[in-house]
Amino acid sequence: MFEILAKREVAPNVHELVIRAPAIAKKARCGQFAILMVDDRSERVPYTLCDWDAQAGTIKLVVQEVGQSSRKLVLCEVGDHVAHLVGPLGVPVETDHYGTVALAAGCYGIGAILNIGRAMKAAGNRVIAIVEADSHYLHYYRAELEAVCDELIQTTIDGSQSIKGHSADVIKRKLEAGEALDRVIAVGCPFMMMLVGNATKPFAVKTLAALNPIMLDGTGMCGACRVAVGGQTLFACVDGPYFDAHEIDWDELFDRKAAYSDEEIQAVAHTEAVVPRGHTRHTRVA
Amino acid sequence: MAELKKKQIPRQPMPEQEAEDRVRNFDEVPYGYTEELAQLEAERCILCRNAKCVAACPVNIDIPAFVALIQQGKFLEAAQKIKQDNALPAVCGRVCPQEDQCEGSCVIGIKHEPVAIGRLERFAADYERRMNAITIPGLGPKTGKRVAVVGAGPAGLTVAGDLILRGHEVTVFEALQDPGGVLMYGIPEFRLPKEIVRAEVDYLRQLGVAFVMDYVVGRNSTIRELLDEEGYHAVFIGTGAGLPSFMEMPGENLIGVYSANEYLTRANLMKAYLFPEYDTPPIRRERVAVIGGGNVAMDSARTALRLGAEVTIVYRRAREQMPARAEEVHHAEQEGVQFKLLTNPIRVIGDKRHRVMGMECLRMELGEPDESGRRRPVAVKGSEFIMDLDTVIVAIGNKPNPLVPRTTPELKTTKWGTVVTDPKTMETSIPGVYAGGDIVSGAATVILAMGQGRIAARAIHAYLQGEPLAQ
Repeated sequence: MFEILAKREVAPNVHELVIRAPAIAKKARCGQFAILMVDDRSERVPYTLCDWDAQAGTIKLVVQEVGQSSRKLVLCEVGDHVAHLVGPLGVPVETDHYGTVALAAGCYGIGAILNIGRAMKAAGNRVIAIVEADSHYLHYYRAELEAVCDELIQTTIDGSQSIKGHSADVIKRKLEAGEALDRVIAVGCPFMMMLVGNATKPFAVKTLAALNPIMLDGTGMCGACRVAVGGQTLFACVDGPYFDAHEIDWDELFDRKAAYSDEEIQAVAHTEAVVPRGHTRHTRVA
Repeated sequence: MAELKKKQIPRQPMPEQEAEDRVRNFDEVPYGYTEELAQLEAERCILCRNAKCVAACPVNIDIPAFVALIQQGKFLEAAQKIKQDNALPAVCGRVCPQEDQCEGSCVIGIKHEPVAIGRLERFAADYERRMNAITIPGLGPKTGKRVAVVGAGPAGLTVAGDLILRGHEVTVFEALQDPGGVLMYGIPEFRLPKEIVRAEVDYLRQLGVAFVMDYVVGRNSTIRELLDEEGYHAVFIGTGAGLPSFMEMPGENLIGVYSANEYLTRANLMKAYLFPEYDTPPIRRERVAVIGGGNVAMDSARTALRLGAEVTIVYRRAREQMPARAEEVHHAEQEGVQFKLLTNPIRVIGDKRHRVMGMECLRMELGEPDESGRRRPVAVKGSEFIMDLDTVIVAIGNKPNPLVPRTTPELKTTKWGTVVTDPKTMETSIPGVYAGGDIVSGAATVILAMGQGRIAARAIHAYLQGEPLAQ
């Protein structure tokens, strides 16, 4: 079983979980993901591996509560076990020497670029992390990212801290100012990644985006995660999750992500009250 | 008993749920034989000495022997007899295409209807389980040899069962959360209750087979690592045909177009039909088209019916050419599935939110026979028409799962991605590594996968013992 060894809320509704999973930690590489089922009745949900420790046999996930399944997960406490955890899945992202690498991230992606930053740095790149959040209080991992990157830029959409705008805006300004970026990697919500792709396309900077469509098995079996890239249908789980951001059919991806929105709302409405166990944001049900 | 009398007994039908009831539940359709019906049906068998049915069975079950035991009312003994050759009798009695195998070569079937061998197999296995009388046979002497089985589907389970009996240590690795492979994720509850799969897997556990779930060979360990670092002496690859084919027509990525694998996995493995008790949402729509004419298409259509939809099977050839078992087509029809035959979809039409609203099709007519010997469907010019739909399920087959071949460079594969094996031993291009089931044959049946597992198990045993393979 997969025990939760540590848990903390690094920003409002951003939960860092350390879980015992030796088979995953042993083989994990940059950019891969794992599929998790909290209990035997849960959905199979993919989560990006933020970090891992092969020796300790642990992995680290950053989870936001967005629906039924992620809520079940963040309601777990240290000492609880999740029923199923399988990985590492997906093709690892390449971390060669490129020169200057920009890592753009938002939401859960801020955690996900930690290991990529470290590997890119180790490969001899200059690494710039550009992370965005809606507001200043939603930023996290400042110290962790500063430790692995040459430069950390935080933006806020509401302008409440440092630069106002998206990470894509920063990238665009840098490129327009003549700064050389040799590779850009975007991890976050599809909209944010699309903006990054749009910013780098005129400058022909190779840009990879980590796609996170709905998945079921994560091993190529179901085809739920199919995405159109360069006019070809590929499976995010076995061909991805990283694809060329300039070739992705973003509109289709937005729609496919929302395929089950009606059912998800229904699931939350049907959920029975969960016994609160010290979760700070739990709403008591009468 | 005189032959004349045997001929007077008609083939006994299995009692089953009425069509109007069963479309509202996921319970199994046939109830199975009672003891009386089983004995009556068994009486029809003339117990041929050189029985053709045995030769026609991919795992060569001693059919006359177990049928004779049923005739004598020795039901437990009958089950044990079957289990000498088949580790999964309750499964095979339900999903084997018996009409093409044992029953297809039954001598009684020449003039009358063949003996219902599949139903009798099912009865014996169910009887043993219901009586809680499952006995564990003695295992062969411990050989000290370790075998890794990759994939807990029908092929892998057969290999595991055969090799544990021969004294080897067997570990089965499975990527999904439950063992069973296609028996769990693919075949619906109403055709193969999951409780039965669990019982058959439990039987293997009792024999001593170890199951490691949530483990992806190719990712957590490569085939090489299993052999060189993790101490396995032989490996069997039974990873199945787990990569769905699509039509490659416009609109296929619209919301509401599913592979049959996804549709069925949600319902079967994830129990979406019990949503919201289980968390995975089902695909609950009103007007569903299923593209394809095989068993998977019938399973998808009948699942959609049970989830409350109006369902049409769209198939480009004629009814006689459908690859599905006649019984499955019959059940689907009884339950109210519509058939649009000689119809080929050419495009899925979506609304502004990229959700399916229809599908454009072409009518076909049959032309000259093609390489498969079936008359090739030819499009009728100007026959385009639009079906009003909200869901399209693509059930036109699967390609082999690429995970193991991609991470095992020295493993020889065909241009279709299937693993190359020696058909006599199922050995791959890597010594000590064997393969069977859909990863070798493309997309076939449960029992053919089991048959290949049986061949592989014999060869693995000989390989491990350093003995020549007995013919």
